[in-house]
Amino acid sequence: MNLRSPLATVLGQGSAKEGVHHWWLQRLTSVALVPLGVWFVVSLLSLHSFDRATVSAWIGQLWTAVFLILLVLTAAWHSQLGVRVVVEDYVHGHGAKAITLTLVTFFHVVVAVAGVLAILKVALGGAA
Amino acid sequence: MTERPLSPHLSVYRMSRYTLLTSILNRATGLVLSAGLILLVYWLVAIASGPAAYRDARSVLSLGVLKAIYVILLAAFSYHLFAGIRHLVWDTGRGLERAQAKRSAALVVICSIVLFVALAWWALHAGAPAP
Repeated sequence: MNLRSPLATVLGQGSAKEGVHHWWLQRLTSVALVPLGVWFVVSLLSLHSFDRATVSAWIGQLWTAVFLILLVLTAAWHSQLGVRVVVEDYVHGHGAKAITLTLVTFFHVVVAVAGVLAILKVALGGAA
Repeated sequence: MTERPLSPHLSVYRMSRYTLLTSILNRATGLVLSAGLILLVYWLVAIASGPAAYRDARSVLSLGVLKAIYVILLAAFSYHLFAGIRHLVWDTGRGLERAQAKRSAALVVICSIVLFVALAWWALHAGAPAP
Protein backbone atom coordinates (compact mmCIF):
# COMPACT_ATOMS: atom_id res chain seq x y z
CA MET A 1 0.00 0.00 0.00
CA ASN A 2 1.24 3.43 -0.92
CA LEU A 3 1.04 5.85 1.97
CA ARG A 4 2.22 8.89 -0.01
CA SER A 5 -0.44 11.40 -0.93
CA PRO A 6 -1.24 11.81 -4.62
CA LEU A 7 0.19 15.35 -4.41
CA ALA A 8 3.51 14.12 -3.01
CA THR A 9 3.89 11.63 -5.84
CA VAL A 10 3.50 14.26 -8.56
CA LEU A 11 5.30 17.25 -7.03
CA GLY A 12 8.50 17.92 -8.90
CA GLN A 13 7.64 15.32 -11.51
CA GLY A 14 5.55 17.31 -13.88
CA SER A 15 2.01 18.49 -13.43
CA ALA A 16 1.36 19.88 -10.00
CA LYS A 17 -0.80 22.64 -11.49
CA GLU A 18 2.07 25.14 -11.70
CA GLY A 19 1.82 24.99 -15.46
CA VAL A 20 -1.37 27.02 -15.52
CA HIS A 21 0.43 30.10 -14.24
CA HIS A 22 3.14 29.75 -16.90
CA TRP A 23 0.50 29.13 -19.56
CA TRP A 24 -1.52 32.17 -18.52
CA LEU A 25 1.48 34.51 -18.44
CA GLN A 26 2.56 33.29 -21.88
CA ARG A 27 -0.91 34.21 -23.22
CA LEU A 28 -1.07 37.52 -21.36
CA THR A 29 2.30 38.66 -22.70
CA SER A 30 1.51 37.43 -26.23
CA VAL A 31 -1.73 39.45 -26.31
CA ALA A 32 0.20 42.56 -25.23
CA LEU A 33 2.97 41.90 -27.74
CA VAL A 34 0.62 41.93 -30.74
CA PRO A 35 0.02 45.71 -30.65
CA LEU A 36 3.43 46.49 -29.10
CA GLY A 37 5.30 44.46 -31.73
CA VAL A 38 3.36 45.93 -34.64
CA TRP A 39 3.81 49.45 -33.25
CA PHE A 40 7.56 48.90 -32.84
CA VAL A 41 8.18 47.51 -36.33
CA VAL A 42 6.07 50.23 -37.97
CA SER A 43 7.81 52.96 -35.90
CA LEU A 44 11.25 51.64 -36.71
CA LEU A 45 10.51 51.49 -40.42
CA SER A 46 9.03 55.00 -40.24
CA LEU A 47 12.22 56.55 -38.85
CA HIS A 48 13.78 58.57 -41.65
CA SER A 49 17.27 58.13 -40.26
CA PHE A 50 19.14 56.09 -37.66
CA ASP A 51 21.51 58.88 -36.67
CA ARG A 52 21.72 59.48 -32.95
CA ALA A 53 19.84 62.79 -32.92
CA THR A 54 16.83 61.35 -34.74
CA VAL A 55 16.69 58.20 -32.62
CA SER A 56 17.16 60.12 -29.36
CA ALA A 57 14.41 62.56 -30.31
CA TRP A 58 12.12 59.63 -31.09
CA ILE A 59 12.82 57.91 -27.75
CA GLY A 60 12.48 61.30 -26.05
CA GLN A 61 8.78 61.45 -26.92
CA LEU A 62 6.77 60.41 -23.86
CA TRP A 63 4.61 57.74 -25.49
CA THR A 64 7.52 56.30 -27.43
CA ALA A 65 9.40 55.80 -24.16
CA VAL A 66 6.30 54.31 -22.50
CA PHE A 67 5.65 51.81 -25.30
CA LEU A 68 9.36 50.97 -25.71
CA ILE A 69 9.69 50.17 -22.00
CA LEU A 70 6.53 48.06 -22.13
CA LEU A 71 7.84 46.31 -25.25
CA VAL A 72 11.22 45.48 -23.71
CA LEU A 73 9.67 44.22 -20.46
CA THR A 74 6.91 42.20 -22.11
CA ALA A 75 9.19 40.78 -24.80
CA ALA A 76 11.81 39.77 -22.23
CA TRP A 77 9.16 38.10 -20.09
CA HIS A 78 7.57 36.31 -23.05
CA SER A 79 11.01 35.28 -24.29
CA GLN A 80 11.99 33.90 -20.89
CA LEU A 81 8.81 31.84 -20.74
CA GLY A 82 9.37 30.54 -24.27
CA VAL A 83 13.07 29.75 -23.97
CA ARG A 84 12.31 28.05 -20.65
CA VAL A 85 10.02 25.55 -22.38
CA VAL A 86 12.63 24.89 -25.07
CA VAL A 87 15.26 24.22 -22.39
CA GLU A 88 12.84 21.97 -20.48
CA ASP A 89 12.26 19.99 -23.68
CA TYR A 90 15.78 19.66 -25.01
CA VAL A 91 18.20 19.94 -22.09
CA HIS A 92 18.23 16.65 -20.25
CA GLY A 93 19.60 15.85 -16.81
CA HIS A 94 18.48 17.63 -13.64
CA GLY A 95 21.72 19.54 -13.04
CA ALA A 96 22.20 20.77 -16.60
CA LYS A 97 18.55 21.73 -16.84
CA ALA A 98 18.52 23.67 -13.55
CA ILE A 99 21.74 25.52 -14.40
CA THR A 100 20.58 26.38 -17.93
CA LEU A 101 17.20 27.62 -16.66
CA THR A 102 18.89 29.76 -14.01
CA LEU A 103 21.26 31.31 -16.56
CA VAL A 104 18.41 31.88 -19.02
CA THR A 105 16.39 33.70 -16.35
CA PHE A 106 19.34 35.81 -15.16
CA PHE A 107 20.19 36.75 -18.72
CA HIS A 108 16.64 37.85 -19.47
CA VAL A 109 16.53 39.99 -16.33
CA VAL A 110 19.81 41.67 -17.32
CA VAL A 111 18.51 42.33 -20.85
CA ALA A 112 15.24 43.77 -19.49
CA VAL A 113 16.88 46.01 -16.88
CA ALA A 114 19.56 47.25 -19.31
CA GLY A 115 16.92 48.00 -21.95
CA VAL A 116 14.63 49.89 -19.58
CA LEU A 117 17.48 51.90 -18.04
CA ALA A 118 18.83 52.83 -21.48
CA ILE A 119 15.38 54.03 -22.61
CA LEU A 120 14.91 56.04 -19.39
CA LYS A 121 18.36 57.61 -19.69
CA VAL A 122 17.72 58.76 -23.26
CA ALA A 123 14.12 59.81 -22.55
CA LEU A 124 15.03 61.80 -19.45
CA GLY A 125 17.87 63.53 -21.25
CA GLY A 126 20.73 61.95 -19.34
CA ALA A 127 22.51 60.71 -22.47
CA ALA A 128 24.04 63.89 -23.82
CA MET B 1 14.57 8.79 -10.15
CA THR B 2 13.54 6.09 -12.59
CA GLU B 3 13.82 6.72 -16.31
CA ARG B 4 10.50 8.18 -17.34
CA PRO B 5 9.59 8.91 -20.95
CA LEU B 6 10.45 12.50 -21.79
CA SER B 7 8.66 14.77 -24.20
CA PRO B 8 9.17 15.64 -27.06
CA HIS B 9 9.05 12.24 -28.72
CA LEU B 10 10.50 13.56 -31.95
CA SER B 11 10.81 10.16 -33.58
CA VAL B 12 7.06 9.50 -33.57
CA TYR B 13 6.28 12.51 -35.77
CA ARG B 14 6.42 12.71 -39.52
CA MET B 15 8.43 15.78 -40.54
CA SER B 16 6.26 16.32 -43.61
CA ARG B 17 3.18 16.97 -41.48
CA TYR B 18 2.02 20.60 -41.53
CA THR B 19 1.17 20.34 -37.81
CA LEU B 20 4.78 19.66 -36.90
CA LEU B 21 6.17 22.18 -39.37
CA THR B 22 3.98 25.06 -38.18
CA SER B 23 4.71 24.22 -34.55
CA ILE B 24 8.49 23.91 -34.89
CA LEU B 25 8.57 27.09 -37.02
CA ASN B 26 6.77 28.98 -34.26
CA ARG B 27 9.39 27.84 -31.77
CA ALA B 28 12.30 28.60 -34.11
CA THR B 29 11.01 32.07 -34.97
CA GLY B 30 10.46 32.71 -31.25
CA LEU B 31 14.11 31.91 -30.57
CA VAL B 32 15.17 34.16 -33.46
CA LEU B 33 13.11 37.00 -31.98
CA SER B 34 14.73 36.41 -28.57
CA ALA B 35 18.07 37.02 -30.28
CA GLY B 36 16.51 40.10 -31.86
CA LEU B 37 15.64 41.40 -28.40
CA ILE B 38 19.33 41.22 -27.46
CA LEU B 39 20.14 43.22 -30.59
CA LEU B 40 17.46 45.79 -29.73
CA VAL B 41 18.80 46.26 -26.18
CA TYR B 42 22.37 46.51 -27.52
CA TRP B 43 21.17 49.32 -29.81
CA LEU B 44 19.30 51.09 -26.95
CA VAL B 45 22.29 50.84 -24.60
CA ALA B 46 24.54 52.23 -27.34
CA ILE B 47 22.28 55.26 -27.80
CA ALA B 48 22.28 55.85 -24.05
CA SER B 49 26.06 55.50 -23.81
CA GLY B 50 26.90 58.61 -25.83
CA PRO B 51 27.92 59.60 -29.38
CA ALA B 52 31.20 57.65 -29.50
CA ALA B 53 29.59 54.43 -28.29
CA TYR B 54 26.75 54.87 -30.77
CA ARG B 55 29.19 55.40 -33.63
CA ASP B 56 30.94 52.13 -32.74
CA ALA B 57 27.65 50.28 -32.39
CA ARG B 58 26.43 51.66 -35.70
CA SER B 59 29.44 50.34 -37.53
CA VAL B 60 28.71 46.92 -36.01
CA LEU B 61 24.96 47.12 -36.67
CA SER B 62 25.44 48.09 -40.33
CA LEU B 63 27.58 45.03 -41.14
CA GLY B 64 26.37 42.94 -44.05
CA VAL B 65 25.81 39.91 -41.82
CA LEU B 66 23.46 41.91 -39.61
CA LYS B 67 21.51 43.20 -42.60
CA ALA B 68 20.78 39.56 -43.42
CA ILE B 69 19.75 39.09 -39.80
CA TYR B 70 17.29 42.03 -40.04
CA VAL B 71 15.64 40.30 -42.99
CA ILE B 72 15.42 37.07 -40.97
CA LEU B 73 14.03 39.04 -38.01
CA LEU B 74 11.31 40.59 -40.18
CA ALA B 75 10.38 37.13 -41.46
CA ALA B 76 10.42 35.68 -37.94
CA PHE B 77 8.28 38.55 -36.65
CA SER B 78 5.75 38.08 -39.47
CA TYR B 79 5.43 34.35 -38.86
CA HIS B 80 5.48 34.41 -35.05
CA LEU B 81 2.80 37.13 -35.03
CA PHE B 82 0.26 35.16 -37.05
CA ALA B 83 1.16 31.76 -35.58
CA GLY B 84 0.75 33.33 -32.13
CA ILE B 85 -2.67 34.72 -33.03
CA ARG B 86 -3.60 31.21 -34.25
CA HIS B 87 -2.62 29.85 -30.83
CA LEU B 88 -4.71 32.52 -29.09
CA VAL B 89 -7.73 31.54 -31.20
CA TRP B 90 -7.15 27.89 -30.30
CA ASP B 91 -7.08 28.86 -26.62
CA THR B 92 -10.69 29.98 -26.92
CA GLY B 93 -11.54 26.44 -28.00
CA ARG B 94 -12.16 27.38 -31.64
CA GLY B 95 -10.58 26.02 -34.80
CA LEU B 96 -9.36 22.76 -33.33
CA GLU B 97 -11.01 20.44 -35.87
CA ARG B 98 -8.56 18.84 -38.26
CA ALA B 99 -9.90 20.58 -41.35
CA GLN B 100 -9.99 23.95 -39.59
CA ALA B 101 -6.44 23.53 -38.28
CA LYS B 102 -5.23 22.67 -41.78
CA ARG B 103 -6.92 25.76 -43.18
CA SER B 104 -5.58 28.06 -40.44
CA ALA B 105 -2.06 26.68 -40.97
CA ALA B 106 -2.26 27.68 -44.63
CA LEU B 107 -3.75 31.05 -43.65
CA VAL B 108 -0.91 31.72 -41.20
CA VAL B 109 1.71 30.92 -43.85
CA ILE B 110 0.01 33.10 -46.48
CA CYS B 111 -0.55 36.04 -44.10
CA SER B 112 3.01 35.91 -42.81
CA ILE B 113 4.48 35.81 -46.32
CA VAL B 114 2.33 38.78 -47.37
CA LEU B 115 3.31 40.77 -44.25
CA PHE B 116 6.98 39.87 -44.66
CA VAL B 117 7.05 40.95 -48.30
CA ALA B 118 5.26 44.21 -47.42
CA LEU B 119 7.63 44.97 -44.52
CA ALA B 120 10.73 44.03 -46.52
CA TRP B 121 9.58 46.20 -49.42
CA TRP B 122 8.94 49.08 -47.02
CA ALA B 123 12.33 48.64 -45.36
CA LEU B 124 14.09 48.65 -48.73
CA HIS B 125 12.23 51.49 -50.40
CA ALA B 126 10.71 53.83 -47.84
CA GLY B 127 12.59 53.18 -44.60
CA ALA B 128 15.91 54.64 -43.56
CA PRO B 129 19.07 52.75 -44.52
CA ALA B 130 19.78 50.28 -41.71
CA PRO B 131 20.80 51.46 -39.13
